[in-house]
This record gives sequence, C-alpha cells and structure tokens, in this order.
Amino acid sequence: MALSYYDVIAKYEPVLGLEVHVELNTKSKMFCGCSTIFGGEPNTQTCPVCLALPGALPTVNEKAIESTIKIGLALNCSIAPFSRFARKNYFYPDMPKNFQISQYDEPICVNGYVDVEIETDEGPKSFRIEIERVHMEEDTGKSLHVGGATGRIHGAEYSLLDYNRAGIPLVEIVTKIVPGTGKYAPEVAKAYVAELRDVLRSLGVSDVKMEQGSLRCDANVSLRLIGAQTLGTRSETKNVNSLRSVERAIRGEMIRHAELLNKGERVVQETRHFQEDTGLTRSGRSKEQAEDYRYFPEPDLVPVAPDATWIETLRAGLPERPSIHRKRLQEAWGVPDKEMAAMINADVLNIVEATVNLGADPTKARSWWLGEISRIANDKDVAITDLTIRPSDVAEIVALVNAGELTDKLARQVIEGVIAGEGGPAVIIAARGIKVVNDDGALMAAIEKVCAEQPETAEKIRNGHLPAAGALIGAVMKETKGQADAARVRTLLLTHLGQGE
Amino acid sequence: MIHLSAAQMVAKLANGETTSVALTQAHLERINTVDADVHAFLFVDNEGALKQAAEVDAKRAAGEKLAPLAGVPLALKDVMTQKGIPTTAGSKILEGWRPPYDSTVVAKLKANNIVILGKTNMDEFAMGSSTENSAYGPTHNPWDLTRIPGGSGGGSSAALAAFEAPLAIGTDTGGSIRQPAAVTGTVGVKPTYGAVSRYGLIAFSSSLDQAGPCARTVLDAALLHEAIAGHDPKDSTSINAPVPQVVAAAKSGDVKGMKIGVVKELNGDGYQSGVRTRFEESLELLAAAGAEIVEVSAPNFEYALAAYYLIAPSECSSNLARFDAMRYGLRIGDVDGASAESVMNLTREIGFGREVKRRIILGTYALSSGYYDAYYGSAQKVRTLITQDFNRAFEKCDVMVSPTCPTTAFKIGEKSNDPIAMYLNDIATIPVNMAGIGGMSLPAGLAPEDGLPVGFQIMAPAMQDQRMYLVGAALEAALLTKWGAPLLSQAPALAGK
Repeated sequence: MALSYYDVIAKYEPVLGLEVHVELNTKSKMFCGCSTIFGGEPNTQTCPVCLALPGALPTVNEKAIESTIKIGLALNCSIAPFSRFARKNYFYPDMPKNFQISQYDEPICVNGYVDVEIETDEGPKSFRIEIERVHMEEDTGKSLHVGGATGRIHGAEYSLLDYNRAGIPLVEIVTKIVPGTGKYAPEVAKAYVAELRDVLRSLGVSDVKMEQGSLRCDANVSLRLIGAQTLGTRSETKNVNSLRSVERAIRGEMIRHAELLNKGERVVQETRHFQEDTGLTRSGRSKEQAEDYRYFPEPDLVPVAPDATWIETLRAGLPERPSIHRKRLQEAWGVPDKEMAAMINADVLNIVEATVNLGADPTKARSWWLGEISRIANDKDVAITDLTIRPSDVAEIVALVNAGELTDKLARQVIEGVIAGEGGPAVIIAARGIKVVNDDGALMAAIEKVCAEQPETAEKIRNGHLPAAGALIGAVMKETKGQADAARVRTLLLTHLGQGE
Repeated sequence: MIHLSAAQMVAKLANGETTSVALTQAHLERINTVDADVHAFLFVDNEGALKQAAEVDAKRAAGEKLAPLAGVPLALKDVMTQKGIPTTAGSKILEGWRPPYDSTVVAKLKANNIVILGKTNMDEFAMGSSTENSAYGPTHNPWDLTRIPGGSGGGSSAALAAFEAPLAIGTDTGGSIRQPAAVTGTVGVKPTYGAVSRYGLIAFSSSLDQAGPCARTVLDAALLHEAIAGHDPKDSTSINAPVPQVVAAAKSGDVKGMKIGVVKELNGDGYQSGVRTRFEESLELLAAAGAEIVEVSAPNFEYALAAYYLIAPSECSSNLARFDAMRYGLRIGDVDGASAESVMNLTREIGFGREVKRRIILGTYALSSGYYDAYYGSAQKVRTLITQDFNRAFEKCDVMVSPTCPTTAFKIGEKSNDPIAMYLNDIATIPVNMAGIGGMSLPAGLAPEDGLPVGFQIMAPAMQDQRMYLVGAALEAALLTKWGAPLLSQAPALAGK
C-alpha cells in the first residue's frame, strides 16, 4: 500500500538541495574557438583543443566569464576577486581529456540567494533559497549507444561518440541545503527553477531550454523526522527536463524515501534517473563510495581575477529582476492575473512589451500575440519567437487598425502575409491591394444587392428581428471581399431597413 | 660544412657560398652515415626538409627579406607536434600518429624558414635523464657510444654533438635540455617559464614544461631563442611581454661588474671531482673577465627533488589520461564484445612504458583524497620556498651558477634499475623549473678522470634570460681561448657505416 503525500509530510520534513547546470549561449566553446550551434553533424564542431589532441591547450572564453559574473550578480552572490579552474579527473569515453575543467574550492561566485513566491494555504508566501556557489565548467561530448534494448551502455553492441558538445560552457548553480519548505518543497523547487530560468533569460546568457538540455536540474532530496536536527541520507535525481518534472520528481522521491524509512530500511545515497512516463526514478550509479576526482588546480590556465570596475559595470547593466519587472508591467497595463499568467506561459511577455514600447495599446498588442499569432505558431509547431513577424510589424498593424485603415479581419490577412515572408505590413497591403471600403456609396450598393437577394431576411429585420442582421452583414462583407468595416456596414444596413437609431 | 656554427652557416648562405639545399643535403647525409650508431632520430624527413630548403633558396634568390636563421637545418624533439609528421613523444602509445596541426614552435620555425630535418629521440613523454626510456631504443652519446646522451632530450643533444644538425629544439621539465647539453658538450637553454609557447608541446608536467633552444654555441642558442620565443594567445601561461634581447647579450658577453652567485648547496659532496675542477676553473675565468664571484645559499633546494617527484607525476597522471585509444594512437583489444573500459585498460597497459606507469601511479596516489594535502599540497609549499630562496639570492647577485649535473655521462644500463640514482642526476637543474626561472648549460671542458664533457649551469631571474647569455658568452669566449678550438673538436670521430 503506497503512502500518500499527506502521510509523508505529517511525519517527515524534506530537505532540498538543487544543482542547476546552464549551457551558456556563447558563440564559441569554453576553451577553444569551435562553434556551439546545436544540432551540427557529429564531430564537425571540433578542433585539437576540444578533441584533446596531444599538445593542445585550453584558453578561457572571456564572454563566458562575463556571463557567469552576470549570473552571480543577478543571484546576489559575491564575485571572487581571484578564482581558479581545477581538473576533475575521471575516465569516460565522451570526455576527451579524461578530465573535466571545472572549478573546485575557488569558484567565481559565492553566497547568494533567490527569493521565490508561491501560493500557499495562507496566501502568497516568499521562500529564500540560498546559493552556495556559481561556477564555470565545460560540457562533455555525447555517447550514442547502438543496439541493445535500453539505449544505455549496458547491452549496447557499440557506441558512437560525438564531441560537438564537448567544451560547451556550462555554469553550475548550487544551492545550500534548503530546509523549512515542508509540504511545499516540490512547489518551492519548481518556483526556484522557474525563477532561475527567467533571470537567466533576462540576462540573455542562455537559451534556458530545459527540453534541449540547455538548463538541467539535479534535485537532491532527503527526509528527516519533523523536529530532528541531523540530515537524512539524500538521493540525487538527474534527467529532470521540465518544470513540472522538478515538482513530480521531488514529490516522488519524498514518497519513496518515506516508504523505505517507515519500513526501517535505509535510503541509499545514489544518483537516480527521473522517468518522464512514470514520474518515478530509477537507480543510477551508487555514490556510497565517494568518487575520488583528484581535483587539483588546472596548470594550463591562469587564475581568473576580474577587475573590480568591470564587475561594477556589469552590475550597473543588469536588467530589472523578472519578477519585479512583471509586477510593474501588470500594474502599468492593468492586466488581470489570469491574463498575465497566460502571457508568461505562452512566452510572449517580452514581445508584447516590445510592441507596447513601439506605441501599441497593451490590450491590443496582447490580443494579437496571444491570439492570432500564437495560433499560427501552434499550427506550424514553432516557437513564436521563430516566426518572421516582429513587434514593430504588430505595432504598425495596431496603428493602422486604430486609424481605420485596416479592419481586424484585414489585419489578420496582413499578419499571415508577414509570417509568410511577403514583407512588412505596408508592402503586403500594397501588394495584395488590401484596403478598407469606406465609401458609403459602394457599401450601399452592396447592401441593396444583398437585400434583394435575401428579401425574407431583410423583411425580418424590418420587422425588428435584429439578430438576423448578422447574415446580411456577412453577405455584404463577402461582397466587398472583406474590405469593409463591419460596424459601418451594420449602421448603414439597419438605417436602410428602417431600424436606425 | 656541418662542423660550422649556425651563425657561420648563416653568413655563408648570405654571401652565396652555400645554399640551404646543400646544407640540408650535407646534414641528411651525415644522419644517414652516423645515426645507425647514435640513434638521435626517430624520423628523418628527407623529402620535406629538402623541399623546405629549396623554398628558402628560391626566396633568397628572389631577394626576399629573410629571418636571421633562414635556411639553417634543425632537429626537432619528438614531443612537438608537426603537421603530418609522425610524432610519438618517445611512446608506443602514439606510434603512427600524425598530428593534424603544428605546434606554435613549429609554426614559428616555419615562419623563420628554418629547415626541420626530423624528429629526435627522447625518454617516453620526457620522463627520464638518459633517453633509455624511449619506446624506440636508447640514443648513444657521440663522445662514447656506450654512454647515455642525457635525457629526456638526449636525441636533440646527441644530434648536435654528432654534427647531424647545428640547431635543435628541446623541452625541459626538470633538466631535459640542460642535462643532455652538459653530458654531450653542447649548449642548452631553458628560458623563463612562459617565454616559449607550450601549444603543441605534448605535456608531461604543465606547470614545469618549457621548450628552449639547443645548439653548439651560445650565440646560436640565442638566435634560435629569439626565433621561437614570444607571446602566444593559444597558451594562457605564455608571457605577454617583449622577448629579452638575448642575441645582443650573446654578442656582447660583457660581464664586467656582474655579480655571479655560486650556490653553496649545489657543489661539494656528491659531485664528481672532475666536475668540480672544471666548475672552479670556469669561475676563475669569469672572475678574470671582470665578474665578481659571491657565494649564495638556497637552503630549501634540498627538498626540490622530493617536491618535484610529487608535482610532476601528479600533473602527468592527469595529462596522460587522454591517451585512451578513443580518438588517436594505439588501440589494443578492440575485439567484438570488448568494452571501451577494457580497451582503455589494455591500451594503456601495453602502450605506456615502465617509468611512465610508475609516475602515473605515483601522481594518482599523491592527488588522492586524504593524501592531497600531505603530498601535492606540501610540494606546492616547497615550490614557494624554493622561489623565495632564489629571490633572496638574486638580491645578492645577477645570476646564480652551479655544475649542471653531479657527474659526467654514465653507462647505458648503469642506472636503469635504480630510479632514485637516476633522479639524482637532476638535483641541480630541478630548482630552476620549480621556480619558473631561466637556466642555461654550456660546456666547461672535460673531466680529467674520464675525458667526458662537464656542464656549467647559469641561472637568471624570471624574464631576465639575457643575463644567462651575457655570462655564457663570456665563459665560452674565455674557454675557447684556453682550448684553442671548440670542445667538440676533441670528440672522437664517428666511424659510421
């Protein structure tokens, strides 16, 4: 009989520890000039350095250091005046040097914090997550295990190695232990990762795409009896590839640990892998025997000693915190919570903001991006930011609608055209001959024609049955190829049939 | 022609008395004649060298402005990558590997139109003091073919002493340029750490490795030094400052008023009597040339050897981890059903020699958790103490001097089974690497008891490499006057085939 989550939290207190790996979006790798573009042919983005050919030496990517310092500053860390790279030694075929250049006892950023707010039974509540360190390291290559049922190394017939990813800059953000979240542990963890994602995105230092692995979370969880001081044994769950998975993985691990503890069994300190389909974790390698990575200072690199004025310049250039920025926008635009959440979920907040900054009305900007444009992006199965339409296009369209030069319906045609790559709004309007028919004479001719074609409907309206007007307005719009202003058509039609005000 | 110095060859090339092709051809013939006995070379690039020589002759004929050493042949230690040319670092694990890129040193040699004759033998991964640790058999000392030519760069020094090349590139982690120079009667310079790029130098111990020039005269070494030194953005540890004026120093040789510090701890007991005789005589000659001889003390040098044998193996245990059969080099046991791990294990078991494995094990142990502070950590502290010893001593003198090695060349096989005795060879050279400063060895004459060359070591503060050349040139000139001819003219003629 499986325990319920309620049973777990009634007896135990969870303690969290979160390690987030972020791939930086620098153009070149951490220690060489190779491209970092995702999805290249295997082993085409390599050189003597990232293949660890004999004699090759690493050199540090300055941009990666800058990005890491920005992250540290945004997470309220101290920036070390002197930090060093270290070698983490272990053998694995996808690691070309058989050591990873990382940072060990002298990381670049230390002692920060992030505040996250979640909804609790008592209303919104803020939790502070303390950051122990932020350090730089390099990614490994990728192994592809061919043959065998699991795609894992055991049972595979052979393995292929792709070193394109080897040496891509990674930043690891490690929290201190996080006690005191109680039953909200899974939500707090999720909110923390979401907050990190937003902060990193606002800094422009990473793509932060969990599904592509540019943001990866390892969740450490342990339980202790409520009131106990000593920490329980932790497990470390990897392969947590979405915000929802963070929450599920922690909840699942809490239940698994509690079941073991209740039976008087021991939690094994180990790495576990999260399974998206079941929401459960399966055992990876055991960490009972602490691995000995034989860390020592990387002798091929000089220490990192960032200039204090440079750090202050970077600090001064930090963007507003995403959570504060959102609150400010919401107030300025007068948007209800639900609508705000919709924009955040659809990832259009920045674009809407850019559109508003170009003069568009917030409500209209929001409705175009969240409505028509999101729909097209969904149909095409691409990210909205990958469409060719820009905030400036939408701002221009909104202005044209406001000026009466486009109807909403015509505006949709223009948007389609922009997305189809036909050019900017002005070009499409000219090329497609789109214009609002606002010549009352032409509209009256169409109205008379339609009334003659549908005399019964016209008669109903004459008799005061106004809902019937829709059909005739539709017919007029069709007659004018959609270029009429529907409101004007309605006024003229009703007046024509004796129902004007 | 092969007995000339590089500077003399340069003059003959300039006045048209010879061509680079003729010079290159002469050296290739010499190699062909004597190298079966000496075994200085692991690979001779006959075709490539002649092609490079023809190119530089054509440039000269066309009136192009050429670098000072353009057209002069050179032997390259096999630890430096050269595009398309077999590069083994003396190890079986790299047998057959042809690098797809040039080391920065090679790129500079090519840009200077220096003709690369081939790759010279060395102790495997530069670990050794005799060249006996080469996976391809030992090199023989041209002074006595039954003796070692020093190591790890025995191939480069033997090539110079056997007149197979007038110039060579060496690398020096604990004495691998200077000790071979000493026992072969040639000149070898380890510049300040960071003076010459390490990009493309197959790493033994990254914080100690330094490439430098090997030659038969101090001026030749200086000319080569200036050709290969300079900042390299591909090596983070390379010095970003102008190269010291070493050629000017070598041409001047004026030591009047210079203070020369004799290191008390690097003399006396444990040093062969003939080595001490020649060393004392050299000091007298320098004093006669106007230098002031003072005594300096370096009390922490006695810990240098022990600390070195923790730091160098620690770094090598990590540096050599990349030789795993996955991407290049030897691959053993790649049969159906074999795992990557078993292929790695077998390849490293068979591909690495005994001394390399000894040091990998030593270094792995020294870096292990629980032992790190006691071993690697303590060794780093010793390193700081040695640097402080040098700093204090350099307050009292401009350069420090000592015998390069405690003894002359020993017999091949004599110390093969006694690693400690072998390690003691480098007792006077290692402190220089630990402190990252410059060191030079030049011939001080022959030990009376065995008639073998003795080396005189000059040490200068970091980034003051020109001082070694000033003192070296002064001593060389005084000794030449005394001898009447270069020391190597007393070496036995090699019968060859």
